[in-house]
Amino acid sequence: MLNQNPLWRYLLVAGVLLLALVYALPNLYPEDPALNINATRGGAVSETTRQQLEERLVASGLTPKAVTLENGQVLVRFQSAEEQLRGRQVATELLGNVNYVTALNLVPTTPAWLAAIGASPMKLGLDLRGGVHFLMAVDMKAALDKNINDLTQAFRADLREARVRYRSVSADVEGGQVQILLRSAEDVAAARAALSRLDREYVFTDGAAEFSLNVSLSENRIREIREYALEQNITIIRNRVNEIGVAEPLVQRQGADRIIVQLPGVQDPAQAKEILGATATLEFRLVDEQGDLAAALNGRLPPGSSLYTDRNGQPYLLENRVMLTGEHITNASSSYDEYSQPQVNISLDAQGGNLLSVATRDSIGRRMATVFIEYKPGEELQADGTPVLVKQEEVINAATIQARLGRSFRITGIGNPAEAQNLALLLRAGALIAPTQIIEERTIGPSLGQENIDLGMTAIMWGMVVVLVFMLIYYRVFGLIANCALVANLILIIGIMSMIPGATLTLPGMAGIVLTVGMAVDANVLIFERIREELAEGRSVQQAIHQGYDRAFATIADSNITTLLVALILFGIGTGPVKGFAITLAIGILTSIFTSVVGTRLLVNLFWGGRRVQSLPM
Amino acid sequence: MRIFRFTDAINFMRFKWPALMLSALLVLGSFGLLFTKGINWGLDFTGGTVIEVGFTENADLTQVRAVLAERGYPDAVVQYFGSSQDVAIRISPREGVEQSRISNEILAAISQTSATPVEMRRIEFVGPSVGDELKEQGGLAMLAALIGILLYVGMRFEWRLSVGAVLALGHDVIITLGLFSLLQLEFDLTVLAAILALIGYSINDTIVVFDRIRESFRKLRDATPEETVNDAVTATLNRTVVTSLTTIIVLVVLFYMGGALIHNFATALLFGIAIGTYSSVFVASGIAVQLGLNREDMLPPPPPEKEGEGTEPLL
Repeated sequence: MLNQNPLWRYLLVAGVLLLALVYALPNLYPEDPALNINATRGGAVSETTRQQLEERLVASGLTPKAVTLENGQVLVRFQSAEEQLRGRQVATELLGNVNYVTALNLVPTTPAWLAAIGASPMKLGLDLRGGVHFLMAVDMKAALDKNINDLTQAFRADLREARVRYRSVSADVEGGQVQILLRSAEDVAAARAALSRLDREYVFTDGAAEFSLNVSLSENRIREIREYALEQNITIIRNRVNEIGVAEPLVQRQGADRIIVQLPGVQDPAQAKEILGATATLEFRLVDEQGDLAAALNGRLPPGSSLYTDRNGQPYLLENRVMLTGEHITNASSSYDEYSQPQVNISLDAQGGNLLSVATRDSIGRRMATVFIEYKPGEELQADGTPVLVKQEEVINAATIQARLGRSFRITGIGNPAEAQNLALLLRAGALIAPTQIIEERTIGPSLGQENIDLGMTAIMWGMVVVLVFMLIYYRVFGLIANCALVANLILIIGIMSMIPGATLTLPGMAGIVLTVGMAVDANVLIFERIREELAEGRSVQQAIHQGYDRAFATIADSNITTLLVALILFGIGTGPVKGFAITLAIGILTSIFTSVVGTRLLVNLFWGGRRVQSLPM
Repeated sequence: MRIFRFTDAINFMRFKWPALMLSALLVLGSFGLLFTKGINWGLDFTGGTVIEVGFTENADLTQVRAVLAERGYPDAVVQYFGSSQDVAIRISPREGVEQSRISNEILAAISQTSATPVEMRRIEFVGPSVGDELKEQGGLAMLAALIGILLYVGMRFEWRLSVGAVLALGHDVIITLGLFSLLQLEFDLTVLAAILALIGYSINDTIVVFDRIRESFRKLRDATPEETVNDAVTATLNRTVVTSLTTIIVLVVLFYMGGALIHNFATALLFGIAIGTYSSVFVASGIAVQLGLNREDMLPPPPPEKEGEGTEPLL
């Protein structure tokens, strides 16, 4: 008999819809305004701190919903955004903002049973949540220029060492090469031989002048330099973003020299810019062993020395003379020494090597301290409302100099591998080789974000209502079936958007949903029109239903594949909000085929299939 | 309920020439506009800074302009955005200053003009290099979409139909761009997305008609190509109108309720879909017929990959 379906097909479709419904559910629960409190520099917040904070919050007349310790950070949920802001003040007063970072956040209130199956609400784009989006470009030319300058210095030393006499070694920054002028053809050959022994990645070409040699770097090495510059900047920006106190920041590489930074909920883009742009530096200084530390602590500093402290408050008396600054560091990494103890390997540029070599010649056996200097926003505010940046100096390591140091050396005697890693990271952060620049900014204030959500929701709702009414009038009972498909379609879109981890809902994305609502009925219109036609041609009701679905399907598939093609192209080239539009469009196309072809067929078959029906209510 | 009830095919192809002439005129006019008035490129493509601020009472634009001129931004474009309490300020890219700082300065300047607090609603800054890239990417995307469709339709149908479809698409896009040029509406990334969505929608429409043309060629053995096309267009007319109607209805909703940020998005789609509906009825098939589409070219059908043909019904 025509138009009858096995039970499993009903179960399958019902199951898919139920699944989508369950995963769409978390979107119905409102989010709690909350505070995230993290310890800086990879530390953890203790249970005692949590208790203190809870007591203080309650004592201040606030009624937090919950104060919990999760993954080394404290999460405080509040009843209202107003309490959240007051709570932040209380927390900052109690904990200060040196060792702890307090971030405003919105956390979902997904019930436990939903969270247990991995259901969570849709991720909202910055245009709906409010927040700052930066696109930063790394100045690769600066990184490469610095490299050529370093090479120039290194070559002078290398040629002297190899006893090759040269007239001049100069940097040709524009050409990305080092020009070496020599006195004879033999010298050219000797220089070439000497340098190529040092590094296989050098590329030699004959210069325009007589007896000259141009040295540039291989493609490989240039790529390495660029990669390193980008990676270094990403690491530094990640660290700084953590300082800003953002709950769910995103720092992501884009292409060869770009970095995307997204800071949801940040309301002051000026401050964020200050912090991202702030520079950290490093200094190496000798520890003043003769000076009286106790006297210095009482305010009597020995001449030529100053007092510094490390993270744990341990005081150090350091000489004012700086042996070396961080800009000479070209790389720092952590590894293990021959006794399997953690160590940090540091490489310097040629000039840095010379400086350190001279400075450590007479200081073997003394201790050398590494001071990390950075600018952080403090409590005070400037006239325009941005916080004053406060210089913070901190000793991150003090190690005994074992031998005269050169272009590469290592720091041993570090407590544990994690600390070695952290030190290497700080050393790299203090030696930024390529500056970054903000080339795109998109900031949405919190109220506009909420407004966009409201506008989008109203548009979806009214769009839906109007189409539902139209379909009902135009196709009567069949319109009702198409309407079921439309509602199911919306649930599927929301459910799938909530399930896919990378999908974010944006304002254009919401426009995409509205558009899908309008276009989704197309498949049903095609089918129903076809059924009407078949009936008009005198086919039986069962034949008409069968042929209608059958013939319309080829058309539906054809026409939707092209739209899907466009959605994919949009996804490929689009950024941020436009990508959001492409995602909802693509999901909407797929779900609408499912609901309006597969879903409605089941309903139609259920009501009219396999029976003696004389006419259809359409 | 039905919109149209026909017993015989309407002779659409009788209007083939007037329609093609009208379309050619519109396309030429649009090109003329695009070359003379050009497109009012939005911030995404030109680079620069837009700051949207909210005042608690009606904003005084002259005062805002005066303050900005005083601070060295005499070229700032200041206008209401959505309501008379929201003001959007647009500043073109400038040389020699750190661009990303401009927004800070302007916000500070405006805050001082008003007694009541001014709320930062939106800041968008796009560097000139990014703007050029976006322009390039946008053009590329549109081209990629058109070529992809040309290939797909060429593969699934006949080359004459493929050419007809793509020319009709180009027609829709160019005339929509012409409207944006005529009204000097701002063309930003969301409008680009709308144009691409329009390409998707319009091809959808055209393919439904083409599918039917193919079928009609098989069904009507003694008809001329024009008669066949007329039959197909008539048969799909109800569907074309109903789908366009529902889509246009939701777009009207979006236009009035979606907020100022997607106003132009909705405008582009509304206009584009109206044009697209017209072009899939008259232009696409008209061109295909004019290129010499005939029964022999469409046979032997069916192509082997035709879905749902001769197989078990899907459900």
